Amino acid sequence: METILQTLIQNVLNALQWGSFYSLIALGYCLVYGVLQLINFAHGDIFMVGAYIAYFVATLFLGQQFGLFSADMPGWLVLALAVPLTMILTAAVGVTLERVAYRPLRRKGANRLYVVITALMCGLVLENGNLALLGASRRKFPALIEETVWDFGLFSVTNLRIGVILAAFLVFVLLQIIVTRTKIGMAMRAISWDRFAIPLMGIPVDAIIIFTFVLGSSIAGLGGLLFAMSYPVLEPYMGALIGWKAFIAAVVGGIGSIRGAYVGGFLLGFVEIMVVAVFPSTFRDLISFTILLMILSYKPTGLFGMAKTTKI
Amino acid sequence: MRMSLKRLLPLALLSLLGLALAAGCGGEKKDEIKSIKLGFPIPITGDIPKVGDMSRKAAEMLKEEINAGGGLEVAGKKYPVEFLYEDNESKAESAVSAALKLIEQNKVLGLIGPQASKQAIPAGEVANANKTPMISPWSTNPATTKGRPFVFRACFLDPFQGPVAAKFATAEFGAKKAAVLFDIASDYPKGLAEFFKKAWEEINGPGSVVAYETFTTKDQDFSAQLTNIVNSGADVLFTPQYYSEVALIVPQARKLGWDKPILGSDSWGSAELMTLCGDACKGLFFTTHYAAAGATGPTKEFIDKFQKKFGETPDDVAALTWDATKMMLAAVQNTGGLKGDIAAQREQVRAALAGIEKFDGITGSMKFDAEGDPIKCAVVVKITDQGEFSFYKSVCP
Repeated sequence: METILQTLIQNVLNALQWGSFYSLIALGYCLVYGVLQLINFAHGDIFMVGAYIAYFVATLFLGQQFGLFSADMPGWLVLALAVPLTMILTAAVGVTLERVAYRPLRRKGANRLYVVITALMCGLVLENGNLALLGASRRKFPALIEETVWDFGLFSVTNLRIGVILAAFLVFVLLQIIVTRTKIGMAMRAISWDRFAIPLMGIPVDAIIIFTFVLGSSIAGLGGLLFAMSYPVLEPYMGALIGWKAFIAAVVGGIGSIRGAYVGGFLLGFVEIMVVAVFPSTFRDLISFTILLMILSYKPTGLFGMAKTTKI
Repeated sequence: MRMSLKRLLPLALLSLLGLALAAGCGGEKKDEIKSIKLGFPIPITGDIPKVGDMSRKAAEMLKEEINAGGGLEVAGKKYPVEFLYEDNESKAESAVSAALKLIEQNKVLGLIGPQASKQAIPAGEVANANKTPMISPWSTNPATTKGRPFVFRACFLDPFQGPVAAKFATAEFGAKKAAVLFDIASDYPKGLAEFFKKAWEEINGPGSVVAYETFTTKDQDFSAQLTNIVNSGADVLFTPQYYSEVALIVPQARKLGWDKPILGSDSWGSAELMTLCGDACKGLFFTTHYAAAGATGPTKEFIDKFQKKFGETPDDVAALTWDATKMMLAAVQNTGGLKGDIAAQREQVRAALAGIEKFDGITGSMKFDAEGDPIKCAVVVKITDQGEFSFYKSVCP
């Protein structure tokens, strides 16, 4: 009896950590979709790029690479520097994608379908560009902080695990505040309502869109950094599958809704972990996506989504 | 110009072929042998040139050693040995042509190689069809030797490691209950996990594998499976995975509170393991073919000689090639004198190979089973605190 309880509690914690990553990625999908109605399929790969940027930043400061710094910098300081730097650099990648790939199409008034296909291609370019540039051999993310295991008898957690769960929650709260309580957030929501009327109100649409990409990509960068710390083996295709799944999580939560993306990520994390805890792992995707499918067929707009009528 | 070239090419090829045939027939009229000729169809170019390079170096070292002593003694008479290396470009098609060339044109007594299963399987077909004995030092795929009386190998097969790991863990850690974590979507780990489970339950009774957890290729999070394993009360964790997954599994297990031994298979044995896994993997064990660090006896002598001659540590390919070649030569000696034409001689060598009672090689003592696969002992390697793969002990099934 006690073992069952132990396993259950421990798996709840496992699911919270795993769900945090889905949530962080789903939030990025959700932001861009909410503003542009664009499914940014490159988002999972931006997450991967974020993990690689974090790797280069961390090894640079630890003096393991490029030789610019000596090797005596403490890990916590490296982490403190790596978080903002990774977020800024990943945001730059996201904005570059927007400028190079999405904006020209938007200017030409291309159908949304073409933009989505472009996003898919951008993702492939990022993956294979990385493969060509850095090679297929995997990279080991250095340990930045001493991971301590706290054993509570019933379950055990590490400081990193708690950090990940907290970070996902903080990002969610922050986004919720930005989108619902600030002027720029109001502008973002307004663009999603009517992109053509908005410039008439004196709102710089392009600037707001750039801001959206900055937000979404920097969250992906943070997610990449935390992911690399938790699962320290990096490879070019690491973002593809997790990105797809996070997108589905965002849809189930109700795409366009911040709360929906956050809850959807955790929902998928919980279902996956609990299925694996009981069944062979081959059942995981089968069962978890069947459950998500049932939720969608019952509530097609997702858990927190609102039905919207298309305006002509 | 283009037309004439096109017309000329088949002609040129034909004449070359004719020349080659003439040369091949001309050289082999008499039955009396002057030297023991062995062929090495190995990947000198292509994806894995290092494998070919190591095989050639090991063979060259052996040849020099034998010829320095006057040659190989067969039935009271010494014959020099002659090794012919043929590049199979690490391709299946070239493996066939390289093997054919050695068999038909160079009239070798036997073949050592190819190394990788991709080339060893088609080349084995050629060798068997032409009734030429062949030993693949390195190919682990069962298809290489299956149903081919002329084809042998020097390394053990994948399933063999399961019982070895089970036996070692029971004896070394005094473990009674075991947990297994493996990739159910990949043939190698899946097969190994099944063989381990079977062997473990034979030793420790039914139900003694208390956790048998799976994941699918490309998974990065194993927390649910490892939670089950930690709470199952198992004494040892066996995970026959590739090095990149091991680097994720081991630290995650430690963080979930697993402080008992973790055991792996020969797929761990890559230098990359230590770069990716780091300190977490130190002190763990895995089973494999051969270990350079910490070797003793003849293995140590071989390593020292190799290092002195070529300035590098021999890897498992070099060691297995050495053993395979020596085994073939031992079989030639066991024939008690080669008689008849080349076809008869090859048949005599095959019979002698199949009949080897016990061969003490540097990768362990071995003999062949009915399928041409060796029955030999595996090496258990301990990862030292310096991150070296060091010989720990030899375990027989």
